Amino acid sequence: MYVYDEFDRTFLQERVREFRDQVERRLSGELNEEEFKPLRLMNGVYLQLHAYMLRIAIPYGTLSAPQMRVLAHVARRYDKGYGHFTTRQNIQFNWIKLAELPDAMDDLAKAGMHGLQTSGNCIRNTTTDQWAGATPEEIEDPRLYAELIRQWSTLHPEFTYLPRKFKIAITAAKHDRAAIRVHDIGLRLHKKDGETGFEVIVGGGLGRTPFIGKTIREFLPKRDLLSYLEAILRTYNSGGRRDNIYKARIKIQVHEIGTEEFTRRVEEEWVQIKDGALALDDAAIDTIRDHFQTPDFEILPEQSPELAESLAKDREFARWHANSVNAHKVAGHAIVTISLKPVGKPPGDATAEQMDAIADLSERYGYGEIRVAHEQNLTLPHVRQKDLYALWQQLSAQGLATPNVGLVTDIIACPGLDYCALANTRSIPLAQRITERFADNDRIADVGRMHINISGCINACGHHHVGHIGILGVEKKDQEFYQITLGGKANHKARLGELLGPAVSESEVVDVVERIVDTYLHLRHDKSESFISVVQRLGIEPFKERAYVAG
Amino acid sequence: MSLVKNGVATLDPFVRIEDGAPLPSGPVLLPLARFLAERETLAGRNEPVGVLVPNDADVRILEPHLRQIALIVLTFPKFRDGRAYTQARLLRERLGFTGELRAAGNVLRDQLLMMVRCGFNAFEISKPGDAGALEDALKTYSVFYQPTADGRPTALRARLAAARQG
Amino acid sequence: MTSPLQQKLKIHGPTVVTANRLSDGVSVWLTPTYEWSERIADAAVATTSEQALDLLNRANGDENRAVGAYAAAAVLGADGKPAPANLRERIRVNGPTVSLDSAA
Repeated sequence: MYVYDEFDRTFLQERVREFRDQVERRLSGELNEEEFKPLRLMNGVYLQLHAYMLRIAIPYGTLSAPQMRVLAHVARRYDKGYGHFTTRQNIQFNWIKLAELPDAMDDLAKAGMHGLQTSGNCIRNTTTDQWAGATPEEIEDPRLYAELIRQWSTLHPEFTYLPRKFKIAITAAKHDRAAIRVHDIGLRLHKKDGETGFEVIVGGGLGRTPFIGKTIREFLPKRDLLSYLEAILRTYNSGGRRDNIYKARIKIQVHEIGTEEFTRRVEEEWVQIKDGALALDDAAIDTIRDHFQTPDFEILPEQSPELAESLAKDREFARWHANSVNAHKVAGHAIVTISLKPVGKPPGDATAEQMDAIADLSERYGYGEIRVAHEQNLTLPHVRQKDLYALWQQLSAQGLATPNVGLVTDIIACPGLDYCALANTRSIPLAQRITERFADNDRIADVGRMHINISGCINACGHHHVGHIGILGVEKKDQEFYQITLGGKANHKARLGELLGPAVSESEVVDVVERIVDTYLHLRHDKSESFISVVQRLGIEPFKERAYVAG
Repeated sequence: MSLVKNGVATLDPFVRIEDGAPLPSGPVLLPLARFLAERETLAGRNEPVGVLVPNDADVRILEPHLRQIALIVLTFPKFRDGRAYTQARLLRERLGFTGELRAAGNVLRDQLLMMVRCGFNAFEISKPGDAGALEDALKTYSVFYQPTADGRPTALRARLAAARQG
Repeated sequence: MTSPLQQKLKIHGPTVVTANRLSDGVSVWLTPTYEWSERIADAAVATTSEQALDLLNRANGDENRAVGAYAAAAVLGADGKPAPANLRERIRVNGPTVSLDSAA
């Protein structure tokens, strides 16, 4: 992974010092709330229902074992002993005190972490495939470019007061695990005539006006990455709407002036700057590449005999292996997903003890590297196959081996009204109840691949539009209701879900979800036809007919 | 409000002229539209001219007249409205404007360093206490990641230089 | 710190003014003596728009102790003390409806 050097460390220390000064000026009254709010937001500090929330950036979802231990320390020392991993590969702590924040930031900075640009109208943490650098599917490790973007976007003097927040995601694999088509900018590494470059997609996003992003350039050479991003951001900063917060994202600008005109403006600007100081020569790219440490992979046979034996003798292990383990590019290795979705628990939460345990396990079995996945799970990207059985046993002991990755109970959910000041309804208790309803591991394995996404309000932090089953909470006369959409997808064939029908009450919604699942089981040709395939084949009508009928 | 130019508190020699008001002698600051309408008459004046540019204007319109302009004032109606950062960089980096580039409006110390990096060299500072803080604000950071008009070396280039030496 | 919007504050029934404490973000309620209490039961109860507006103006003028003040509907218990009137306010008073050690 990328190792911070003196420049990065100095920068972070300076940032913490600046924030400490800003907090002191706020506490003394020198700064008023209106002035302070954007400053704290720029450091990832929100004010929620019960306390301040600190969101910590995990650049492109990559964590070292020592960093994970510092997160555990922050959970214990400054919070209530747990943290919540988000869909944007960050972690947030829900019970932070403003007066203690500078100390927490200091502790984080020592491990090269911060809350910088995890909020506010600036360029947010760049996200990528949690399998980057490990999957055989990718043409190149996208984290190199994510790191270049991180550095370019960090305290960018021109783009720190944008019309609205700005999110960039990048992938280099055929299967898009980074949801690049629902980001302000999505970048897809691909090859053309033997050269590697980027497809550039702009104007995707969810929220109250969801859009799938539009490709504005099929192929952008690597050297032009930063200048092209600068041209897009400049076009947006000067022309994006600032009169209405709900129309201020770049997706609205692209939609209102049209993809063609938007592209024309970007290209016109880019021609002016493409050969300037942002052009990336090979030396510059190599400098960043040199800061990435690749694990010293053990030479192993393609297939591990130990693994085959364990799979044969232990059915529970085989069950977990079937959905938590994926192919690695290096022989004898595997990618492991750690489910943070145990039955009856808040999706994406981990306790300090679990964080410490994962740090230990990553060192013991996974070259000390950990990733955060967009689905609010964790990943050990480099595990020796022969160690999988031992790893599974130790994960089980920590409640971290629920065999539900990619299945109906692997739910994405925002924090909802239990924490969030914007939410209209709760998300977590609904997710908990769905996992309890589908607690039978045989049943969920039979149902197969299924993504349920829950948002507690129209801001769509739970990405409900792109859930196979999307659930959006709406409040009516102080009662919680939930709208259901079917058929959404966040991947390379991204599409928005279709509304099933009227919103259902909090007491009915789990039954409705179950009837949708049962309808699928009834309609599918056989087990090889997934839920999403059936929705695409038959549309939502057959589901509509049955979902609302009790019994 | 106090004016800080090139790091020094100073009195503003420019007189702000409203639309239609007669021009006094001495340096004047005119709204963009009036400047464009009267630029030929103004060219005959032997006094410095400043232009007040709203933050939704395309600054490239000033390109043919920059030699005639001593001061450009860009505005921050709210400090959260960052359009003038782009205008400043275009004026300095694209159009090569070398005169005084001044930030006006809701200018607070926490934004000063970014403004300097985008090419501003003068500030109408809203809070009395912030005027003296400019020097500190500029020292907040020593590491920069983006190449901009202020010419500060970026971390990326500094790494390359260090690698070459070592 | 009075905006025209606040001047038109309309209330429906008993109303309290609540905010988050600046130093730690804890939910607090404005008391009849314009102090901030962590207990809604200590809150001053407004029954007219004028009273509610007065409390809100007081609260907004005290943003170095508490921030994000707003008027919230309340219900009065048998003892006459205010209690939260809706789900959001109940969660602010009682904490999340998911248990805090729930990830363990």
